Amino acid sequence: MPGADKETELSERIEAFLSELKRCGSGAGSLRGSAETARETTSLLRRITAQARWSNAGDLMEIIRKEGRRMTAGQPSETTVGNMVRRVLKIIREEYARSRGSTEEADQQESLHKLLTSGGSSEDNFRQHFTHLKANVIEAINELLTELEGTTDNISMQALEHIHSNEVIMTIGRSRTVEAFLKDAARKRKFHVIVAECAPFCQGHEMATSLSKEDIETTVIPDAAIFAVMSRVNKVIIGTQTVLANGGLRAVNGTHTLALAAKHHSTPLIVCAPMFKLSPQWDSALQELVLRSFCFLLPGEILSKVNAHCPVFDYVPPELITLFISNIGGNAPSYIYRLMSELYHPEDHEL
Amino acid sequence: NITDSDPDGRLTVTDKDVKLQEIALAKNEGKELTKEEKQRLRKEKKQHKKNKKDDKGPPEKEKEKEKASVPAPSKPATQSPAHKAAPAPVHASESAAAAEKPAKSKAELRAERRARQDSERTSKQGKKEGGQQSASSKPKATPNELQPVVKRLPEHVQVDDPAALKKLAKKLERQQVPLRSDYGYKVSLFSHLHQYSRKSPPTLQISIPATVIHPSIVRLGLQYSQGIIAGSNARSVALLHTFKQVIQDYSTPPNEELSRDLVNKLSPYISFLSQCRPLSASMGNAIKYIKKEISNIPSQCKEEEAKGKLQACIDSYINEKIILASEAISKYAIEKISDGDVILVYGCSSLVNHILCKAFEKQRKFRVIVVDSRPRLEGREALRRLVKKGIRCTYVLISALSYILPEVSKVFLGAHALLANGYVMSRVGTSQIALVAKAYNVPVLVCCETYKFCERVQTDSFVSNELDDPDDLIVTRNGKSHLENWQTVKSLGLLNLVYDVTPPDFVDLVITDLGMIPCTSVPVVLRVKNVDQ
Repeated sequence: MPGADKETELSERIEAFLSELKRCGSGAGSLRGSAETARETTSLLRRITAQARWSNAGDLMEIIRKEGRRMTAGQPSETTVGNMVRRVLKIIREEYARSRGSTEEADQQESLHKLLTSGGSSEDNFRQHFTHLKANVIEAINELLTELEGTTDNISMQALEHIHSNEVIMTIGRSRTVEAFLKDAARKRKFHVIVAECAPFCQGHEMATSLSKEDIETTVIPDAAIFAVMSRVNKVIIGTQTVLANGGLRAVNGTHTLALAAKHHSTPLIVCAPMFKLSPQWDSALQELVLRSFCFLLPGEILSKVNAHCPVFDYVPPELITLFISNIGGNAPSYIYRLMSELYHPEDHEL
Repeated sequence: NITDSDPDGRLTVTDKDVKLQEIALAKNEGKELTKEEKQRLRKEKKQHKKNKKDDKGPPEKEKEKEKASVPAPSKPATQSPAHKAAPAPVHASESAAAAEKPAKSKAELRAERRARQDSERTSKQGKKEGGQQSASSKPKATPNELQPVVKRLPEHVQVDDPAALKKLAKKLERQQVPLRSDYGYKVSLFSHLHQYSRKSPPTLQISIPATVIHPSIVRLGLQYSQGIIAGSNARSVALLHTFKQVIQDYSTPPNEELSRDLVNKLSPYISFLSQCRPLSASMGNAIKYIKKEISNIPSQCKEEEAKGKLQACIDSYINEKIILASEAISKYAIEKISDGDVILVYGCSSLVNHILCKAFEKQRKFRVIVVDSRPRLEGREALRRLVKKGIRCTYVLISALSYILPEVSKVFLGAHALLANGYVMSRVGTSQIALVAKAYNVPVLVCCETYKFCERVQTDSFVSNELDDPDDLIVTRNGKSHLENWQTVKSLGLLNLVYDVTPPDFVDLVITDLGMIPCTSVPVVLRVKNVDQ
C-alpha cells in the first residue's frame, strides 16, 4: 500500500536523522555545521508535513511536536534542531490564521490588554480543516529553506561595514560564519587576524590555515596568550553555538575568558550568528564532558587518581557582548528578546 | 677573517699579516687565543678604527670594541648583554688616551689606568657630576640621592636593529661564542625579539672537546636550550652550581689578578648561555652577586683561599635566597590556607608546589585544581608531584577556567620576576587566570622570593619577552596536523610566547620571604636591599 510505504519510509528517514545526530554529538562521525543541521531538520519537517497523515492543523502540530521532542532528546546540545521545529510550528500557526481569514497576526503575541479583555480562550483548537493548508505550509517551509541557505552570505555582506583596513582582529576556534565574514572583507581590505587555537581540539588551526590560504595575515596563538596579546587587538569577532534568550551566548570553551579580556581592554566583541541559532532557552546547566579525547594528555597512573574536566561550552553573559551580526542585520544584545518573540510563539518554547 | 678587520680595503702584506693569519687559524680551530694574539687583534682593529675616526671626525657613540680593549675590571656588568648597565664614559676617554701610547708595557699601562680611575672616581664623588654616571657605583656611594641613570638597552630586545645585531656578532666573535640564528617567520609585533628553534642549539657549532668554553657550561647551555632545566629557581641553582665547578677548575694565569681575570673569564660563558636561552631575571641577579663577590676578593688573597671563599659565598646565596626563603614563604602561606579550601594553581611553580606539600604535611584539608596550558603542558609535572604526596587534585586546561572557577576559594601563582612598577612577570596565561579570578572575586596570591625582584619596568607583554620554538604549536588531531607546513604558507605565523605581565590590580597579595606585601611595594624592597648591600 502506497500510504504504508510512505509511512515506513518516513519513519526510516527520521530514524536515520536521529542516529546521525547522536553520532555527531559523540564525535565519532564527521562534525557538521549548524547550518547543515538546520537545513536537514527543515527538509525533514517538510517531508513529514507532506507525507504524514493529518487532517487539520492541530494534528500536524502534534505530530511535529512529537517528532521534535524525539529529535532534541537525541542530541540536546544541538539546539538548532529544536529551533527549526519551533519555527515550523509558528509557520503552521500563521498559515492557519491566514486561512481562517483573521488578519490579527499580532494576535499571537501575549499582551496584558489581551489577557484582560479576552476573557475566554481566544485560541481555538486548530481543528478546522482547510484544503490548501498543506500546500501553504509547504510553501512557507520552502521559503524558510531559502532563507537558511542565504544566511551565511547575508552575514558576509555586512563585513565591510565593520572591518576597516590595518585592523587586528581576534577570533577563537573555528566558525564557518566568521570564516566567510573575514574572507569577504579580505577581498577589499587588508587586515591581520589572530586565532586562538582552542585546546584540546585545536580547531583554531584549521581556521588559520583556511584564512591564510586567502592571503590574510594570520597568527595562531595558544589559549594562554589571549590576555597577553589582547592589548593590540582592535576587534574580537566570534561565532557561537547558540544565542540564548537573554542575549547571552553558549559558545565554545574559552570564549568567556576572551570576552572578559576584551572587556578589560574595552575592545568591542562582535558575534556573528544567523537567526536560526536563536534559542528560547535560558542558560541551562547542561555541559558536555568530553573526557575521551582529552585523556591522551595524562599518563595512566596519574589519570586514575585525578578528576579531569573538559567542558565543551562556555556561557558568556550579555554584558560582555557589544553587537550581534545576523542575517537580518546588526542588533544589540538587549534586542534579542524581541527578535525571539517574532520568530517563535510563546507556547512553543516548551516543546 | 682578515679582510673583515680591514674596512678600508688596505691589505698590507707584512709579517704582521702573517701573525694575523695564524690568529685566524687558531680561532677557526677553536683553540683559545693567547693573550698576545688577542692583544694584537685588538691593536690592529683599534688602529683601523683610529684611522676611520680621523677621517670621519669624533665618534658619536663609544664603540664596544674600544671599551673592551681596555680591560674594565670594575665594570663587569657592561659586558653581559642581559644587564642594563650604564656606559662607561670614564673608561672610553681613558682608552682613547691609552691608544696613543702603545710603546709602554702592558703592566705599566694598566697600573697607570688604575691609578687614574681611582683618582677620577674620588674626584667625581666629591664633585657629584650629574648626567652620565654608572649605576653600579651609585648605590654604594650615595644611596639616598636620586640620580638620573642612563641605561643601555639589552641586546635581546633589539633584534630588529641591524646595528645592534652587528655589534652582537662582533662581540660574540671576539669571545669565540657561536652566534645562533633566528628561525622561522616572526610575527611583526615581535620582530624585535629572537626566535630560536629547539632543533639547532648553539652547542652544535662548538667543537668537542670544548676548549674555549668550559664543558659544564656547554652542558648547561644545552640543558637550557632543550628545556631540560626549566623554571626560574631551577635555572638559577643550576647556573650557580656550574659556576662553582668553573671556579674550581680555574687557575690564575701569571701576572693576572684573580679578581679581575675570573670576571673576564666568565663573560664569554654568560654570552654563550644567553645565546642558548635568554637569561632570566633571577639568573641576572645571581650573576651580579657573583661578579661583585669576585671583584671584592682582596688582591693579596691566595688562590685556594679565594676559590674556597667564593664557593662558600655561592653556597650561602643558594641556601639563603632560595632554600630558606622558600621555607619562610611556606610558613606565611600556610597561614592563608584553611580547611576546606579549594586552591587553584597554574603550571608548575616549584615554590607553590613546595607550599602545598608543606601545608598537606601540616594536616590542612584542602584540594587542588591544576590548570594547564598548551604547548608546554607543565601542569602535568605539578600534578605528578602533588598526586605523589597524596593531595586530591583536579586537572583542567586553561580554556575551562570559567567553568571551574566558581568552585575555587583561592588562587596561588608563582612568579618569574617582580618588576619595579608592581607588575608580575610570569608564565604566559598567568594574567588570564588573575583576570578571570578577579571577575569571580576569588583572591589571587603570588608567591615570590626577593632575589627575583628586578628594577625593570614594563606595562605589556610585548616589549620584552621570550619567543619559544613556534613548531611546538603543531599538533596532530585525528591523524591530521593542519599546521604542519606552516613555513610554506606565506601569511601564516605561529606565536609561542613564554612570559606575560600581570597588572598589580589583579593581584591581592605577594608572599615573599620578607613578609606579605602588596604588589606595589616592590621598589621599596629593592631600595632596602640596595642599601643593605
